[in-house]
Amino acid sequence: MKKIKLALIPYSVYALIFIVAPILLILLYSFQDTGGAWTLENYARFFDFSDPVYLKVLWRSIKLAVISTVICLILGYPMAYILSKLSPRVRGTIAFLFVLPMWMNFLLRTYSWMSLLERTGLINTFIEWLNGLLPAAIQIPALNIMYTQWAVVLGNVYNFLPFMILPIYTVLIKIDRSLIEAAQDLGASRGRVFLKVIFPLSLPGVVSGISMTFMPAVTTFVISRLLGGGQNALIGDVIENQFKVVGDWGFGSAMSVILMILILVTMGVIRRFESDKTGRSVLM
Amino acid sequence: MSEHLIRLENIHKDYGGKQVLKSINLSVRDKEFVTLLGPSGCGKTTTLRIIGGFETPTAGVVYFDEKKYNDVPPHKRQVNTVFQRYALFPHLDVFENIAFGLRIRKTPEKEIKESVSSMLKLVNLSGYEKRSVTSLSGGEQQRIAIARALVNRPRVLLLDEPLGALDLKLRKEMQTELKQIQTQLGITFIYVTHDQEEALTMSDTVVVMKRGRIQQVGTPIGIYNEPANAFVADFIGESNIVDGIMNEDLVCTFAGRTFECTDRGFEKNENVDVVIRPEDLKMVPPEEGMLQGIVESVVFKGVHYEMTVRSGDIVWLVQSTLPEVCGTNVGLKVAPFDIHIMRKSEAEDEED
Amino acid sequence: MNKKRHPLSVLYSVFIFLFLYAPIIVLIVFSFNESKSRGRWTGFSLRWYQELFDNSTLMDALKTTLAVALISSAIAVIIGTAAALGLHYSKKRIRNVLMNVTSLPMVNADIVTGISLLLLFTFIGLKLGFVSLLLAHITFNIPYVILSVMPKLTQLDNNTFEAALDLGATPLQAFFKVMLPEISPGIVTGFILAFTMSIDDFVISFFTTGADVNTLSVAIYSMTRRGIKPEINALSTLMFITVLTLLIVVNVRSGRDVQKREKERH
Repeated sequence: MKKIKLALIPYSVYALIFIVAPILLILLYSFQDTGGAWTLENYARFFDFSDPVYLKVLWRSIKLAVISTVICLILGYPMAYILSKLSPRVRGTIAFLFVLPMWMNFLLRTYSWMSLLERTGLINTFIEWLNGLLPAAIQIPALNIMYTQWAVVLGNVYNFLPFMILPIYTVLIKIDRSLIEAAQDLGASRGRVFLKVIFPLSLPGVVSGISMTFMPAVTTFVISRLLGGGQNALIGDVIENQFKVVGDWGFGSAMSVILMILILVTMGVIRRFESDKTGRSVLM
Repeated sequence: MSEHLIRLENIHKDYGGKQVLKSINLSVRDKEFVTLLGPSGCGKTTTLRIIGGFETPTAGVVYFDEKKYNDVPPHKRQVNTVFQRYALFPHLDVFENIAFGLRIRKTPEKEIKESVSSMLKLVNLSGYEKRSVTSLSGGEQQRIAIARALVNRPRVLLLDEPLGALDLKLRKEMQTELKQIQTQLGITFIYVTHDQEEALTMSDTVVVMKRGRIQQVGTPIGIYNEPANAFVADFIGESNIVDGIMNEDLVCTFAGRTFECTDRGFEKNENVDVVIRPEDLKMVPPEEGMLQGIVESVVFKGVHYEMTVRSGDIVWLVQSTLPEVCGTNVGLKVAPFDIHIMRKSEAEDEED
Repeated sequence: MNKKRHPLSVLYSVFIFLFLYAPIIVLIVFSFNESKSRGRWTGFSLRWYQELFDNSTLMDALKTTLAVALISSAIAVIIGTAAALGLHYSKKRIRNVLMNVTSLPMVNADIVTGISLLLLFTFIGLKLGFVSLLLAHITFNIPYVILSVMPKLTQLDNNTFEAALDLGATPLQAFFKVMLPEISPGIVTGFILAFTMSIDDFVISFFTTGADVNTLSVAIYSMTRRGIKPEINALSTLMFITVLTLLIVVNVRSGRDVQKREKERH
């Protein structure tokens, strides 16, 4: 029995080298200039309030991520709820259908949206065809969101919606039926049962859905690059640029540190909210 | 008729082609403590859920106060339920759990406070208001579930095996307490259990069920002393059940011997089940016994000894406060009024 | 309980599915398009499927992707399972610390993980290429294995292991004959999860691979700048259909198992 603990050693060593050390290296690099000398310049540059280029990028990243997350929640919760109401046999299959698109390379899926959204893309071709059938008085305007922030939001929602639906669905199907019956028994109508029992009990799912959509949305650089064009760069784009194009690893590292802190803070806030609302009971 | 608070008329329930309830007729008086008793799968919980409104009967009518109740949804019924595993809301504390029904009905805050604290007092948990329900023991959760249901002043309280998850000692305590609460508040209780002792201790009326049919309805004493058939006899306490023949009124034959009994009204030479309670068999010296046999096993049961005595092909279960040694030849004696004659159960030829 | 399906909820589900599947359908349909156009249908052809097999860049990228996914998941399963076992039997303090470290790659943004590994490989002087790619993939795969195996260990009845010892098995025999079969579903899940994550990964591969080694994702990304070749649509369609068939086979088989077990019980 004691020997079994030795099995931990390879992983501990591996984790030390490949998880802990690299993060310490980012910290280290973030305090160095391109020549290797110690400096705080990287952080000062980011928080330069007289010319807040990077702060604006950070703000845009957060804003778009929040909008995407909210849309995912609004679209995803009803879907998860509908799904949870189906009979166990059917809902497994349907839930599987939500995961299935993820087996297609996500770059290609995102890229495919370009064919749909372009000025002469499939959606506009369809609208044009529809307009040809409709009387001149009611014409649908063409959809021109490619290379705007809305295209980025759409890409985020598209890619991360399943991450919102699935955790909520998982929590919903685990809610003890007798709790719902108990609420009905105590006089609650269907609407009341939802508001006072089902929704509060599903909050842990909502919380993990939010973190699973917000985190990748705020750090992405692919979606913004493909759908947003050059002028809607996010913090991820700027970091990638520092490493792959500019070569200023110090500044790139500093921004990575800031991104890490942002994520940790968000996680902290979410966790706090979760334990306040439902935590002690549902987590036990 | 109007003294019947709840009446089930010819209730049937099918689940995907399987008959769970077959023509259930049952009347419950106001302030009565009724227990539905039976082995698992007998339909007792389904019956309770039909009264609670969680299941719709396939056929038949549920009357409440002589009004048809079939289509009334659960939240509009004057009935509250204590669920099998309590079903307390984990996201609410003790106070909010109990206040749930009152809040739904938009009761003034002051009244809620008073009602909740008087309910907590009733179930001996004063001061538990702010506790999280998941931090409570099984017994405490049970009491909160009862308080949560009772605070709504229901006409009828449905209890679905409420003590099943508790240990023996706690169960005994809760039995007494529940009975007290029932008498104190004067509410009708419909109680589901598979524990015959529990049923006999608490109820005014016991309804014994098997495979979706009611086998017998009666007082605890009536059911114990005069079981309607071999199933009831076997389920309510331990019994010796042997095949016999009713020769004529007051005379029957079993175990290769003729006995005097107190039953009449059977066909001549009808095949019957003969039921004798183990405590009604007296052990006597061989020459004084109506039957002779050899003691095969002796087990100490706390208050009495349980012995098996083999006599011919039949092994008799005997309870006595005085033990015999294994291998001893003994005689067995039984009084005429302790021999219960039963028609062969009709249910047996429609096994599914 | 209520089997009534509201027409609105059906409509809503259709809308969501359309949203999720539209790009995939477009992609699959246009992989059969005769011309290079992504927006105009000019006629059916299998041309891109033929050209795919002659495209050495793509075929190499496919091989690299599969090799990295297989090797990294296999290594991750070994290290991860051992780690899960060790963690299960170690003191709570040690377990908590290590579990927090383990969750780092999952919590952290991919871009940060990718960069941190890039810095590490540069720092120790490892040339970026297949090895660095493999190490990176093992790193982000191990947590998935640990998190899949740990719950199985928690469910495990400790007495079964002791029972095996009691019946004369050596600890090693007891492990292989009693414990391993019990936790193997978790190991399999961990492997599949790791394999999937590995195939799907772009960001971390992007930062940790060298110029001469491409995974499919990296190859696709560099193509997006010049315009995606329809061959890649053909390849994705093939991969998608392969995965779909595999999943259906697995699902049907496990469904049949469930039915069989249910029948046996009755």
